[in-house]
Amino acid sequence: MTAYIVRRLLYAFPILIGVNLLTFLLFFVINTPDDMARLHLGGKRVTQEAVDKWKADHGYNKPLAINLSAQGSGKLTETIFFEKSLRLFFFDFGRADDGRNIGADIRQRMWPSLAIAIPGLLVGLFVNVTVAMLIAFFRASYIDTWGVIVAVAMMSISSLFYIIGGQFLFSKMLRLVPISGYDGGLNAVKFLILPVIIGLIAGVGTGTRWYRTIFLEEIGKDYVRTARAKGLSELTVLFGHVLRNALVPILTGVVVVIPLLFLGSLITESFFSIPGLGSYTIDAINSQDFAIVRAMVFLGSFLYIIGLLLTDISYTWVDPRVRLN
Amino acid sequence: MGRSFYFVVLLYFLSSLSGCSGSSLNNPYPKGDEAKTILYSSFSQRPKHLDPAQSYSSNEITFTGQIYEPPFQYHYLKRPYSLIPLTAEDVPSPLYFDKDGTEITGADPAETVALSVYTIKIKPGIRYQPHPSFARDTEGKFLYHNLSDQALERIDTLSDFPKTGSRELRAEDYVYQIKRLAHPRIHSPIYGFMSEYIVELKDFGTQLREAQKKGAAFLDLRDFPLAGAEVVDQYTYRIKIHGKYPQFLYWLAMPFFAPVPYEVDRFYAQAGLAEKNITLDWYPVGTGPYMLTTNNPNLRMVLERNPNFHGEQYPMEGEPGDRAAGMLEDAGKPLPFIEKVVYSLEKEDIPIWNKFLQGYYDSSGISSDSFDQAVRISETGNTDLTEEMKSKGIRLLTSTAASTYYMGFNMLDPVVGGGHPSARKLRQAIAIAIDQEESISIFQNGRGMAMQGPLPPGIFGFKEGEAGINRRVYDWIDGKPKRLPITAARQLLAEAGYPQGRDEKTGQPLILHFDTTGTGPEAKATFDWLRKQFEKIQVQLVIRNTDYNRFQDKMLKGTAQIFQWGWNADYPDPENFLFLLYGPNAKAGKNGENAANYSNKEFDTLFDRMKNMENGPERQRIIDQMVEVVRRDVPWVSGFHPQRFGLFHAWYGNIKPNLMANNTLKYAKVDPHLRTQQQGQWNKAVWWPLWVGGMLLLLGTLPAIRSYRRKERGISEHSWQRNLQ
Repeated sequence: MTAYIVRRLLYAFPILIGVNLLTFLLFFVINTPDDMARLHLGGKRVTQEAVDKWKADHGYNKPLAINLSAQGSGKLTETIFFEKSLRLFFFDFGRADDGRNIGADIRQRMWPSLAIAIPGLLVGLFVNVTVAMLIAFFRASYIDTWGVIVAVAMMSISSLFYIIGGQFLFSKMLRLVPISGYDGGLNAVKFLILPVIIGLIAGVGTGTRWYRTIFLEEIGKDYVRTARAKGLSELTVLFGHVLRNALVPILTGVVVVIPLLFLGSLITESFFSIPGLGSYTIDAINSQDFAIVRAMVFLGSFLYIIGLLLTDISYTWVDPRVRLN
Repeated sequence: MGRSFYFVVLLYFLSSLSGCSGSSLNNPYPKGDEAKTILYSSFSQRPKHLDPAQSYSSNEITFTGQIYEPPFQYHYLKRPYSLIPLTAEDVPSPLYFDKDGTEITGADPAETVALSVYTIKIKPGIRYQPHPSFARDTEGKFLYHNLSDQALERIDTLSDFPKTGSRELRAEDYVYQIKRLAHPRIHSPIYGFMSEYIVELKDFGTQLREAQKKGAAFLDLRDFPLAGAEVVDQYTYRIKIHGKYPQFLYWLAMPFFAPVPYEVDRFYAQAGLAEKNITLDWYPVGTGPYMLTTNNPNLRMVLERNPNFHGEQYPMEGEPGDRAAGMLEDAGKPLPFIEKVVYSLEKEDIPIWNKFLQGYYDSSGISSDSFDQAVRISETGNTDLTEEMKSKGIRLLTSTAASTYYMGFNMLDPVVGGGHPSARKLRQAIAIAIDQEESISIFQNGRGMAMQGPLPPGIFGFKEGEAGINRRVYDWIDGKPKRLPITAARQLLAEAGYPQGRDEKTGQPLILHFDTTGTGPEAKATFDWLRKQFEKIQVQLVIRNTDYNRFQDKMLKGTAQIFQWGWNADYPDPENFLFLLYGPNAKAGKNGENAANYSNKEFDTLFDRMKNMENGPERQRIIDQMVEVVRRDVPWVSGFHPQRFGLFHAWYGNIKPNLMANNTLKYAKVDPHLRTQQQGQWNKAVWWPLWVGGMLLLLGTLPAIRSYRRKERGISEHSWQRNLQ
């Protein structure tokens, strides 16, 4: 398995280079370094000299990808792409265009993102599995029919509606929790209750439908019929046999998203004013801060690759028949 | 996380259920702060720069204005806006010298003035806020100017430094900051502009760049003399500027010219601190009434009273009506009144508005979404608060901003630009056709004043009433301006060579292009409305929508045709608006602020005369001429001056809109007892819907339980019968 992991990690390098190149191209197709300088220097009284000085100080005064005036390998290395990309592979994210250390900001902002994402994932998993099991238990009955209808209806509604509706109902009308905000330590709890509940409600439709399908697939298998034939109660069959075997796709689906929890939720963090990495990325895009956008895309790609690797490994844990070669 | 998280969640609900909670459940602030004079506000974008040499945006000056003290400030209550001393002894009159170095008077022609010299004396005894950069050991050496790697390991924020110090404000600190404007590491937005005025500032910048290229990690600016800014003695410094520029005094009321001591610059220059985001750009150091004690731009920024503040009194006089309005109740009392200001990050309008209604923010603007909930406009056009707002004791304060937003023509464009009479008539026709009053009513909720000329209200030169209307677009009827009929616009269009919207030579329809960055449904509605305005004179308008960068590029190259632009006053002088139409200041090719690239010799000559004059009848006469030239040439149409609507709770006092001053926080006061009482009344938790919902859920499960039992019974009976067989 070690060889497999090493091989997968080596595969990651070209993928990350490709992602980085794509980000670079997409960003600089619509933003020239002059545009970035003007945006950062403000709209008033900006001289070309100031623009040139800003570019020089931020390393944007070189050619983008090929430096024809350089000699030898300098044609490739003395470029914005090379100089800005290479250190990412050492997780040195450098400085944002406003001068702040990106690594320090990421370390600070990942905790609020995790504070929403982890309870959201765990509670969501529990509720979704429970509801899906119940619907599967009452399959082919009116409960199943209505359960699916409600789930489809819930998954069809925009998450923005849940957020605004939840803030209106729980914070404005019932006045049970703060509308938005965040605080450190345990004081964060009162600010997290609402986004976690809303995240749960917004995801329950999709989760229930997905898990119900998995459970129904398992329920139709021979070993379930055998279990019933032994005279076991339906609850015992479901929880003792079906759930255990259905865990393989559930677990792998969960494991793949675990690394991505660090990246936070763009809309939720914005509406609840939670200073996580989701809002960090959105702010960077709005302010055309290439350094942050590049760092976050790189981090996202890296974490996704790690997530996929963990998923493969988790297969071997939950299903002893699987071997990684 | 984990167990403790769920334990706290449980405790939170249990305490709320049992009524143990001391404050409202939706209160976002910590318990125990209720009785303190804390002001609660929000910010939507984290400030990019808090270094006074860089900070220029309004969201940055909100903070820097309270921390840094330039030598002068605007009087809080008096109008028209006037400068008064802040840290200076007085507002000096400059000495003027001709090119031979002979002193001349201000009455001499401005072009004879080669040099203006401002000598500024500051008050003794002013001290900086406590800060580690000033901390010294028993031998008098700075404690934290040479931090080792080991010491840096224990530092994450500024508050991790155990010791702080302070020192008296000196004239050299002001000079040091003026030098910082030219520092190659600092991108001061006014360096280029100020280089044209402050003597040798440009050369000074070159000198610093050379020194930095040699590898100096820290440039001690005291070692680099600057002829344009010199220390005279401990409390006096002198600034020399080229020519005559009376508006320079207004610049001296901005944080750009606030003091920065050498010790602070030296402290923050340590590389290890910058790695931890501890820089002057994020942790400002000043002598003002407040200091930034929490700087987490990702979450919250907190200003607290500076214990070393030199003291200042609330103004003893204002303008007529201030006393009756209660604005002088605190006259002579020591400032500031508020001990702490908490700014919370809020990205969206809806949470801000709801928190304001719950009493958790002390003031709020009014977004278009909440306008109808907050304000009603009577049939006569008067604005008033709705009953809901009045019942909460909320007050509405309005003010017309010293800003001008306009639609401009690119005067370099072959169709709409230029000084040819036909192009001028085309622009005049468009100016009549676009119903700006309707636009303000639809898109600004009536919050604006249609532009009659480039100058907004509150700026010298602006004329109200009939004397101030643009006769080329309006008539004065029944005591108010009335837009000329559309037939007048069509007539002008025909005279311009486009009868019924077609080129009389080619017969082709006239198609104009509007360059914009607007997107989304609101922008689309605006574009549709705009097209209809042009259709009134049978001219087709094509919207050329591009992203911000491409738009800026078009403006810089002068390839846009019609565009929208705006300007907020830097200072209350007509020069700051009329320079937007000054020929040498064109955007295309010259990178200036004249976005329309307007160039008219008559206007430019008048501007050169007007810009250096003192306010008075002669200056007014010249401004009138300039405004008339602009009205005739029409480089701008369809402009307006926005009105700002602010809502304030009953406990928030001493508020008077001041569009120039940025250090007004020290005058404001809050009544925390009234706030706590009102918050309690407005935020009682409502639990019964949850109980009802829970009961309904329980009832809903009953059929499921019955169904489950029936199913289980069915299985066991079936098994029993099978066993029998």
